Amino acid sequence: MKRERNGWQQLLICKLDLGSEKNMGVADFAFYVFAISTVIGALFTVISKNPVHSVMWLILAFLSSAGLFVLLGAEFVAMLMIIVYVGAVAVLFMFVVMMIDVDFAELRGEMAKYIPVAGLIGVVLLLEFSLAFGNWEISNNAEAVRAALTPDMTEVTNTAALGQLIYGKYIFLFQTAGLILLVAMIGAIVLTLRHRTNVKRQNVMAQMHRDPAKAMEVIDVKPGQGL
Amino acid sequence: MMLTDDIAVVMPEMILAVYAMVVLLVAVYTGKDKMAGLITNLTAVVMVGIASMIVFGGEGAQSAFGGAFVSDDFARFTKGFILLSAAGVLVMSQDYMKRHGMLKFEYPILIALSVVGMMIMVSAGDLMSLYMGLELQSLALYVVAAFNRDSVKSTEAGLKYFVLGALSSGILLYGASLVYGFAGSTVFTDIIAAAEGHIPLGMLFGLTMVIIGLAFKVSAVPFHMWTPDVYEGSPTPVTALFATAPKMAAMGLFARVVYDAFGNAIPDWSQIIALLSVLSMFLGAIAAIGQTSIKRMMAYSSISHMGFAMMGLAAGTVFGVQAMLIYLAIYVTMNLGTFAFIMSMERDGRPVDDISALNQYSSREPLKALAMMVLLFSMAGVPPMLGFFGKFAVLKAAVDADMAWLAIAGVIASVIGAFYYLRIVYYMYFGAENDDLLDRSTSLAQWVFLSVSAAIMIVGIFYQFGAEGFAAAAAQALVK
Repeated sequence: MKRERNGWQQLLICKLDLGSEKNMGVADFAFYVFAISTVIGALFTVISKNPVHSVMWLILAFLSSAGLFVLLGAEFVAMLMIIVYVGAVAVLFMFVVMMIDVDFAELRGEMAKYIPVAGLIGVVLLLEFSLAFGNWEISNNAEAVRAALTPDMTEVTNTAALGQLIYGKYIFLFQTAGLILLVAMIGAIVLTLRHRTNVKRQNVMAQMHRDPAKAMEVIDVKPGQGL
Repeated sequence: MMLTDDIAVVMPEMILAVYAMVVLLVAVYTGKDKMAGLITNLTAVVMVGIASMIVFGGEGAQSAFGGAFVSDDFARFTKGFILLSAAGVLVMSQDYMKRHGMLKFEYPILIALSVVGMMIMVSAGDLMSLYMGLELQSLALYVVAAFNRDSVKSTEAGLKYFVLGALSSGILLYGASLVYGFAGSTVFTDIIAAAEGHIPLGMLFGLTMVIIGLAFKVSAVPFHMWTPDVYEGSPTPVTALFATAPKMAAMGLFARVVYDAFGNAIPDWSQIIALLSVLSMFLGAIAAIGQTSIKRMMAYSSISHMGFAMMGLAAGTVFGVQAMLIYLAIYVTMNLGTFAFIMSMERDGRPVDDISALNQYSSREPLKALAMMVLLFSMAGVPPMLGFFGKFAVLKAAVDADMAWLAIAGVIASVIGAFYYLRIVYYMYFGAENDDLLDRSTSLAQWVFLSVSAAIMIVGIFYQFGAEGFAAAAAQALVK
């Protein structure tokens, strides 16, 4: 597959086009649609009253950000967003929201107490970060360093490029991530599994090796006599 | 560089990780918890083996996986102490865990995996491997904190640690993303090259947030809130682990990041760390006074000790790092002995953590009381004991770096802190008559650790087991 621009360049072009009204392309239009729906989805996730609706809005946010990834030229990540986040994480959230009996109204009431302090901290942080971002600089050779890692996008598709990085350059980190998941699994088991001793379990092998001759006995009960 | 060369550099970590996985499979398919005691001892032996392999095996500095993993004298020094202290905790905790029905085979395996994480932490050469190591270590520790799952306090400790740990990881990651946004790379060598001569505001924000994330992990004030509850709620052997190996690893990682990635911003981070250091020393010393639980008291004591260790880091010199390493080494050794003693505090077979239970302890077990007294004097920094020399080293580092105010604050805090250590000595020797006597401990391992640790506090003054030269080499390797 041959490509003219990589994702970052596309994003930059999207941004540069903001000023010139003459060529608002399809990509720009799609960018605004997805960006706005991501923000709206995230906003309603937080403010909607019904937690099930929150999860629905969250799914909208996930889907829109998948669209943004497609625009960036990262199709594989976009598909992962849909398969993993929408397909698995959001469904899991839905289960949790529906199964756990949480009184959200009460939680919200609790939250109202802290809103003044939280709001103050939020505003202070926002000001600080706008200072940092207003003064944002990028190191001169940052682009070069970034590009040095990226496989040549004219040669490989981005899925293959991700594979080359994950299983090649970052194999150590990838394996460590695997260890972390192993720890998570052991942890979940050790903290929750209880071996109940009073439960009757079936031994399949013993069951299959039962023999009618041993398992059954035909007794001829004479009238007037018991067993 | 070929993959095989890279693998040769991470061989110790790989051996421990593969060992943990093999033992996990063997234990699941065979004896289950019947093998737990055996596995605990075996894991300790493997850790000691790997420690000697690292300490006596390696030479010079190597890096692997494109700079993500660095093996140098600094990593070797910290890894040696991490492995030995974790092995020590495993050996002395076996008896305790067994008697309280908590000895499951997952216990040593989780600790082994956590130690793999700590080893990756102190060898991190990349923000990503830093994070991976940190998460591997923390996740395993969250689980062992809640290991006594039928106790409300233990599960609370695990949950609290988990939630606050996740928060701190979030802050750290945000900082890392800011640094990446500036430098275009997560590798420490690239970051330091990108910030050569000029450090923009955005990168300082990133640096600050990374420091905040790490301050959570070393429980520096004002990010210490979780420490007393987690120390109190966790099973005592797990508390002993928290107070030793992860502290070494987190401080090692702290020093690694600030020097390897931000080595040209020393004045910027030095003032942050100095502030954390002062706050930790004072809060640790003052808040411990009111505690009645010895485990909570040790939590505040560890906060205070981390403050002293950070004083060495704040100095921003080679000697500062050396002093920090020596301080940590002494701290870990003291804590192993002290927790061996705390583990043996039981009444009618149930663990006791009330300080007043130690009243008149010396009249019944004079030798143990003597050993504990030596350790407590050493923790307080009373001159003839080794702990004094640790404190002296960091104070000297601060004075040499023209931070006399920090050193003076440290002296004042250590005088305040001496009160609660000496109060325990007072209880043991001159306390009120006590009817609720503690059980006589039966565990040989705890007795050995207590006495050896106390002996080192005295012998160490004359003979340092080569630790000082090793720490100097480690500091040289880190500060270029």
